[in-house]
Amino acid sequence: MTRAVPSAARAILDGDRRALARAISQVENRDPSVAPVVRALYSHVRNVPVVGIAGPLGVGKSSLINLLVARLRELGRTVAVVAVDPSSPYSGGSVLGDRIRFSRRADDGGVFFRSMASRGEAGGLAAATREVTRMLAAANFEVVLVETVGSGQVDIAVRDVATTSVVVLVPHLGDEVQTLKAGLFEIADVFCVNKADLPGAELARKDLAELVGLAAARGAWTPRVVSTSTFPTPPLGIAELWSAIEDHERFLDDSGQRATEERRRLATEIVELVRERVGRELSERIDRAPGLRKLLDEVVARRIDPRTAAERVERDRPRRG
Amino acid sequence: MPHAHPTTPIRVLIAKPGLDGHDRGAKVVARALRDAGFEVIYAGLRQTPEEIVRAALEEDVDLIGLSILSGAHMALFPRVLALLKKEHAANIPVFAGGIIPDEDARQLKRAGIRAIFGPGTSLQEIVTTAQRLVRSAA
Ligand SMILES: Nc1nc2c(ncn2[C@@H]2O[C@H](COP(=O)(O)OP(=O)(O)OP(=O)(O)O)[C@@H](O)[C@H]2O)c(=O)[nH]1
Ligand SMILES: [Mg+2]
Repeated sequence: MTRAVPSAARAILDGDRRALARAISQVENRDPSVAPVVRALYSHVRNVPVVGIAGPLGVGKSSLINLLVARLRELGRTVAVVAVDPSSPYSGGSVLGDRIRFSRRADDGGVFFRSMASRGEAGGLAAATREVTRMLAAANFEVVLVETVGSGQVDIAVRDVATTSVVVLVPHLGDEVQTLKAGLFEIADVFCVNKADLPGAELARKDLAELVGLAAARGAWTPRVVSTSTFPTPPLGIAELWSAIEDHERFLDDSGQRATEERRRLATEIVELVRERVGRELSERIDRAPGLRKLLDEVVARRIDPRTAAERVERDRPRRG
Repeated sequence: MPHAHPTTPIRVLIAKPGLDGHDRGAKVVARALRDAGFEVIYAGLRQTPEEIVRAALEEDVDLIGLSILSGAHMALFPRVLALLKKEHAANIPVFAGGIIPDEDARQLKRAGIRAIFGPGTSLQEIVTTAQRLVRSAA
């Protein structure tokens, strides 16, 4: 079966940045009319490094991304950045401020920067972010960097998006413990101790390297620990940070893990998309469709419990596979 | 851009062109817009018109807000408008805030700045005007 390639998809493949920006908005808006574009682009998506830059508030993620972009441009590679910030649970609004640190020349066509608000729960966000990173790969960006606050409210599942996860920390006593608690330790392929100009940086790096050494037995890849400082000119450790990321990308290829992890991520994505769609559809129908209304009446009257009602709803859905 | 879903937040770019050094006013406006449900892309200080327009297009915003205190508005604001036009994006409404003399304000409005807020403007007025500008552009 062949389908016509929508003109928006053509434009994106041909490097039209506005078409790309608009399609990203449609994905963010969960606008169903973007489906043909997503479909047409899918076969053009190459397996590019998608590097998650995660870490607590204010550790220097955006500053590092700015310098990584400069490094990648030096190496002649095109790069896109997606910076995710939380939406306010009260107003639904947000202030997306990561662009402040971004200092590329306005005429550099090899770079694209996009801010995204989390808009609701983490699973759906991860799926939307993955769709966006694939669009960027189809638009010929050779590396995608994803900034995300990796603890607290917006825990976007970095692992479900990135091929390499960098966890950024700063030298302060107790940070390692906080990191363990926030579950960031398990997801890191590379640890970056930023603000290495501050006192305690060397100690933090050593502590972390020790922790990593202790945990190394769990897998074939031993997480790397890199120190950076974005302040001095030239900044410190940026080339090392990028090499550590590249080493991990190479490891993914050599070990065959790239394929197995991509398979796992795609499975998660499908589950998430179904959950979102089925959930939305059901919320719209539960108190409208006559059969469902009647069922809900029964639950309200305490004749059927919610769990049994859910089983009935589930049973009446058409199945496949 | 038409909104796909009634609850889709309005995206607005807030930027501060020119060389003057503080952005407290712009930040207060950014927060007020967030509290009214906007997604505010805060681009920060010392942005060139080229950077502002590029950010607006990459971020696919519905609206642009410029803030200035330095008096360079007569050079910088028309430049932003001209660049938007060149990029076929003149449909994105632009509003401005700062210390702008009445005569300049009239001229900027003729040039296409859709609303201008002086230092005394209430945040509520800025929010409602921003909402109206996007609604009438859709
Ligand atoms: N001392 C020192 N400060 C730094 C360094 N890198 C960044 N900072 C400062 O840390 C603050 C936060 O930097 P950002 O790059 O915005 O950090 P972030 O992690 O992106 O912040 P959020 O996105 O708000 O979580 C800024 O004031 C930076 O100037 C560094 O290497 N050394
Ligand atoms: Mg940031």
